[in-house]
Amino acid sequence: MQKTSANALIPTSHLLGSGTATCSGCGALADIRLFYEILGEKTIFVNAAGCMTLLTVYPFTPFRGSWIYTAMASAPAGAQGVRDALDLLLAKGRLGKEEDLQVVVLTGDGSAYGMGLSSTSGAMERGLDFIYICYDNEGYGNTGHQFSAATPHGASTATSRGMTGFPGYKKDLFSIWAAHNPTYLATVSGADPLDMVRKIKKAKDLRGPRMFIALAPCPTGWHFDASQTVKIGKLAVQTGIWPLKEYVNGKVEHTRIVTKKRPVDEYLKMQGRFSHLFEPRRNEKVLDEIQTRVNDYWKNVEEGE
Amino acid sequence: MRQLLTGNGAAAWGMRLAGAEYVPAFPITPQTEIIETISGWISSGELDARMVTMDSEHSMLTAAGTAAATGVRVFTATSSQGLLYAMEMLYTVAGWRAPFVLVNVSRALSSPITLEPDHNDVLAARDSGFLQIHCSTCQEVVDSLLLAYRLGEDERVRLPVIVNLDGYYLSFTREPVILPGEDVVSRFLPPYDPEETQFRAKDPLSQGVAVLGGSHYSYFRYETHYASQNGLSVFAEIGREFGDLTGRFYSLLEEYRTDDAEIVFFMIGSFATKAKEAVNRLRDAGQKVGLLRPRLLRPFPEHAIAAALRGVKGVAVVDQNISFGKGGILFAELASALYHIKERPLALVSFIGGLGGRDISNAEFYEMARVTAEAAQSGKIPPPRLLYTKEELARIQGLKAIASAGLHKEQ
Ligand SMILES: Cc1ncc(C[n+]2csc(CCOP(=O)(O)OP(=O)(O)O)c2C)c(N)n1
Ligand code: SF4
Ligand SMILES: [Mg+2]
Repeated sequence: MQKTSANALIPTSHLLGSGTATCSGCGALADIRLFYEILGEKTIFVNAAGCMTLLTVYPFTPFRGSWIYTAMASAPAGAQGVRDALDLLLAKGRLGKEEDLQVVVLTGDGSAYGMGLSSTSGAMERGLDFIYICYDNEGYGNTGHQFSAATPHGASTATSRGMTGFPGYKKDLFSIWAAHNPTYLATVSGADPLDMVRKIKKAKDLRGPRMFIALAPCPTGWHFDASQTVKIGKLAVQTGIWPLKEYVNGKVEHTRIVTKKRPVDEYLKMQGRFSHLFEPRRNEKVLDEIQTRVNDYWKNVEEGE
Repeated sequence: MRQLLTGNGAAAWGMRLAGAEYVPAFPITPQTEIIETISGWISSGELDARMVTMDSEHSMLTAAGTAAATGVRVFTATSSQGLLYAMEMLYTVAGWRAPFVLVNVSRALSSPITLEPDHNDVLAARDSGFLQIHCSTCQEVVDSLLLAYRLGEDERVRLPVIVNLDGYYLSFTREPVILPGEDVVSRFLPPYDPEETQFRAKDPLSQGVAVLGGSHYSYFRYETHYASQNGLSVFAEIGREFGDLTGRFYSLLEEYRTDDAEIVFFMIGSFATKAKEAVNRLRDAGQKVGLLRPRLLRPFPEHAIAAALRGVKGVAVVDQNISFGKGGILFAELASALYHIKERPLALVSFIGGLGGRDISNAEFYEMARVTAEAAQSGKIPPPRLLYTKEELARIQGLKAIASAGLHKEQ
């Protein structure tokens, strides 16, 4: 087998333009960059309200291909209209094959886990040929990082500032989406680009709903220094908090099994949104619960696989 | 070709004749017959179009907008709660300047929930950027569909269009309808030209992008306003052209026996046919009464209306809607159109009726004409009248007694 360096596998053509309005160290933007490298410019991004809506501000866009902003709840429905119209034009010979576009939905977690769930479910049940990128920054980022259905237990957000943080639990969107039996479904993290690139390439060549949930560390909402985005992304995987997995042909497979997991503390401690669990004193109860849930998850995985 | 068609059937035929290729759909009473008819044609192979049932009207309008923005001719239809559910997207897609046609089968809004019509649903979309054509007969529904595509797609307009017909009274009423032949349609309505509004690999395009600051925002909003206003002259133009081809001429207003009229009913929709009947009877009795019915509500044909009302003494505005805390919506619109006109009517009298499909009787039309004539003569304008009879009041009192019977027993 030929040896290839990791760098050679990760495309870095800087296809997505720079100078956008995102915060420095934005994990979502890093995720989107990598997606764009692979999906390329023959794409139309159908966007829902969120931080990434401000990628395209009149008259500038970092995209070399097309873009349409819809609303918070209905980007997948927007994708349906575009895909159907392209198909009609192709079938009637009003559009050449070379003019066709890959339709890509781009939304945050707030949209994907909540308001947009109905339209996403509809798109999947109809077998819509599209790619969905949910960049998961675990909160309503654009409005000041209030908690969303993707916010992890215990996290402090603009609307869960108490000493115990967010009382709810992160919704299992992966399972909800998997229940629709899409063509492809995966979690990814920009801090693990090899795994991510492999998955995007795989999905690119398939047809039907291809769904991604991408971890998007958010310095502004999670309260960490912009230089730490990659480190936090890595720790999310190394602690087992963010499982990297994919769903193909009705089966879930974990694509990174970390044999020696790091304690969740290491991940949590780096982020201001969890500082109340450590200061002024350790909140053993909540920390234990978080660790136990991660352990249980992986125990299930090991027993299942 | 003459056929007996319901208003819904006429709407489906209008879509079919216009050659709409894509139909995002979601069912709601009383619109369902439209999408069922289209679905039937598609499955029997009579119609080459694609219909997709979405998860909601919000999604339906989104898909309609994005498909139009990708360059196909789009048709969709809803009613009432569905129109309100889609409201965010009505405003949004209008800004994309990608034309398509939305049929709204008017139905009164919840609460209380009901099925029969009034115009609060479609008037809630008044400021969305959609143009609005209001129909009063099934023939007008078919013809308005063709007019709507031509109007919205005109390069001076480029906006989506709502064609409104009243639930039940029109949607389920069979009337003889002449279906325009293919020769007429092909001459009147050329294939959709998306111009530069389309997504292509070789011509990337960004749509619906954010702007920073009120100045850029204002520019695009003003542009849409001008485009909408252009719709007035475009409609007048194509209404004549349509008439030359079919013998059915459509102008901005229907003026019924207004020539020497002193008192005029001002209203929209199918109840205007009831007003016509009353006008005929009043004319028979020697009274100079007429009817003025705007076909286009957006853009609002205020100059045409002012001209049509020159010399009229009193106008009875019959609003089949209610803006709580203000009154009739058409009344306010009409008043604003007439304020600066020197020879404006002496009296504008506001009546609200026909809510939730409540009938307006001939007797009530006579009474409205009488009250308006009196106001014009005396200069004393009565406060807005909410049409309701003593009998109705007695009936609802009886029902209230039944509804609260159990309550009293327990207390
Ligand atoms: C219908 C509607 N409700 C609320 C908003 C306000 N809003 C804009 S962005 C946003 C947060 C979206 O969260 P998410 O999808 O996670 O994206 P992020 O902002 O985190 O990038 C909200 C609530 C909106 N634009 N539309
Ligand atoms: S708030 Fe977070 S997700 Fe949003 S732009 Fe800033 S870093 Fe990115
Ligand atoms: Mg978010």
